Amino acid sequence: MERHPARKYFRAEQAEVPHLWCSGCGIPQVWHYTVKAIEELKLDIDKVLWVGGSGCTGRMCTYWVGDFLHTLHGRPLGFATGAKLANPELTVFCHMGDGEATAIGGNHLIQTARRNVDLVAIVINNFNYAMTGGQFSPTTPLGAVTMTSQLGHIEYPFDLCELVTTCGATYVARWTTFHARPLINSIKKGIQRKGFSFIEVLSQCPTQYGRRNKMGDGVQMMKWLKESSVRRENAGKVPEADLKDKFLIGEFVDIEKAEYGASLRELIKRRGG
Amino acid sequence: MNRRILSGTYLFQGDEACAEGALAAGCTLFAGYPITPATEISERLSWRLFEVGGIFVQGADELDSLTIVIGAACAGGKAMTATSGNGICLMQECIGYAAITETPCVIVDVQRAGPGTGIATSTMQGDVYQVRYGSNADYAIIALAPESPQEMFDLTVEAFNLSEIYRVPTFILADEIVGHMRERVVIPEEVKVVERKKPKVPPQEFVPYGVESDTDVPPMPAFGEGYRMPVSGLTHTETGAPSTDYEVQKKMVTRLWNKVEKRVEQLTKIESAYLEDAEVVVLAYGSVARSVKSAILEARRQGIKAGYLRLITLWPFPDRVIKDVVMKRPKAIIFPEMNMGKMIREVERVAGGKTEVIAFPKPGVELHKPGEIYDLIRRAI
Repeated sequence: MERHPARKYFRAEQAEVPHLWCSGCGIPQVWHYTVKAIEELKLDIDKVLWVGGSGCTGRMCTYWVGDFLHTLHGRPLGFATGAKLANPELTVFCHMGDGEATAIGGNHLIQTARRNVDLVAIVINNFNYAMTGGQFSPTTPLGAVTMTSQLGHIEYPFDLCELVTTCGATYVARWTTFHARPLINSIKKGIQRKGFSFIEVLSQCPTQYGRRNKMGDGVQMMKWLKESSVRRENAGKVPEADLKDKFLIGEFVDIEKAEYGASLRELIKRRGG
Repeated sequence: MNRRILSGTYLFQGDEACAEGALAAGCTLFAGYPITPATEISERLSWRLFEVGGIFVQGADELDSLTIVIGAACAGGKAMTATSGNGICLMQECIGYAAITETPCVIVDVQRAGPGTGIATSTMQGDVYQVRYGSNADYAIIALAPESPQEMFDLTVEAFNLSEIYRVPTFILADEIVGHMRERVVIPEEVKVVERKKPKVPPQEFVPYGVESDTDVPPMPAFGEGYRMPVSGLTHTETGAPSTDYEVQKKMVTRLWNKVEKRVEQLTKIESAYLEDAEVVVLAYGSVARSVKSAILEARRQGIKAGYLRLITLWPFPDRVIKDVVMKRPKAIIFPEMNMGKMIREVERVAGGKTEVIAFPKPGVELHKPGEIYDLIRRAI
């Protein structure tokens, strides 16, 4: 029997299989898009480290066949920074959920972006904390129903791409799970850019967020994501009233700037170490 | 010139000596957040590390610092952080993570007065339980308590070595007095440094958390060496697979506990004098031991049979050496601590009521005076 082409990247023997994600979830799609990018760039598996935290997205790294560092809720970027500084040869991915990246891990996110550490940070934004049963996160839209906003959500959501742009990230993009090809291309760019690359992936969570907001199954939610997103270069052509409740997708930042590890190694050179 | 080991004699602050000890032990990365009275360790390493090819990071807080340290250690680095008071509180989550992942790292706690923000510039020995039991659930750590700047150097080297040998977070449990005091420090020509044990088998035969028959510490490859290392804070099997099974949990937690607690004899470091004929024994650790020594010398001058025992290893707690003292049936054991009485509970547990154990607690700020300890000895006789 022919093996699935992604099989060589999948840690089947030592991981929880079948995987723990629900039917229709967007997270395993992003897992696949990440290995597609790795495959297309022909990266050496033994030089690729996946780092994750806690929650549904945090588990992604535990299925990566190579080195992985499955860490604390909200803190994978700190661990990823340490590993990258200790071994600059590694390509380091850090997959995070919206809750862990922006609530409990908010400071790690802004500081890592500010330092411009050479990592690929991918936030899978499914608008809620899913593993704990679907509570609101800093990206939950106003009015949405979750287990802790049963009367409708009253907090304003974060715009993550604007946030990390302000913090100094050198590559910033947003896509949805529907936009497979541009997302894979962005992941490839993120790998190739020397600096903090941030990719937000809007994703469906039919089990928790979708169910409570009557959005249908995984396929229907992906359709919703597709129809709710507008390419940023087309935003000017859309009447402003229609842009309300739409997600801008595309590349927001792609610049060059000194990378943290490189700057540190410059200090070593200067001190003769 | 060897910039790692600055052989020579210096007038160093304890914090500076600690920084030099880290360098001599082969530290490749330090990450720390400024906090009194540990800041001088960061300040010195912020330029010294670059001289030896290492990296200094000022963390955005103590969580950031210790996550960076653990990440670096997993990628093959030898890493350290230093903190105090509120900082050691913030690190607790990461300490448990380092314990379950068996990541070697050195954590320096230059204790200050508390609770809360307390008095940043004053001393205390209030964190002795926190470093042992502060993170959730069961694990074990090693903690060493220096009494002088010289020991800040020596024990920091030792802490790195122990941490690498046993794959366990290892603490330097200093206090503000030891951290800020300036004293003669001799850095030797050579320093014994132990390197991490790497797997001997090729990657395809490697069992990530499997142990060989002669040890319970698994070898540890670095990320990027081809071993495809799974590192997770979840309860895991020998292969690194997450598990919710009771037998897996029992085996893992027992090994994490025993690899330190069952090695108490090899890990125990003490200093003692005049114990043979002692009718009163004074216990101490850290800076308090300095006052105790003067009090004992004075007592001996006055013909009082007093002896002392200084605990250098605080954790794992050396039950046997305390038992040896108790078996000689002294009239009393006196234990001055700069807290409301913490390690004394361990001593009372071992003494089991066979010997009177007298507490002399001080809640930090003021060190016990030799005269106060001497008076207690006289009263006990």
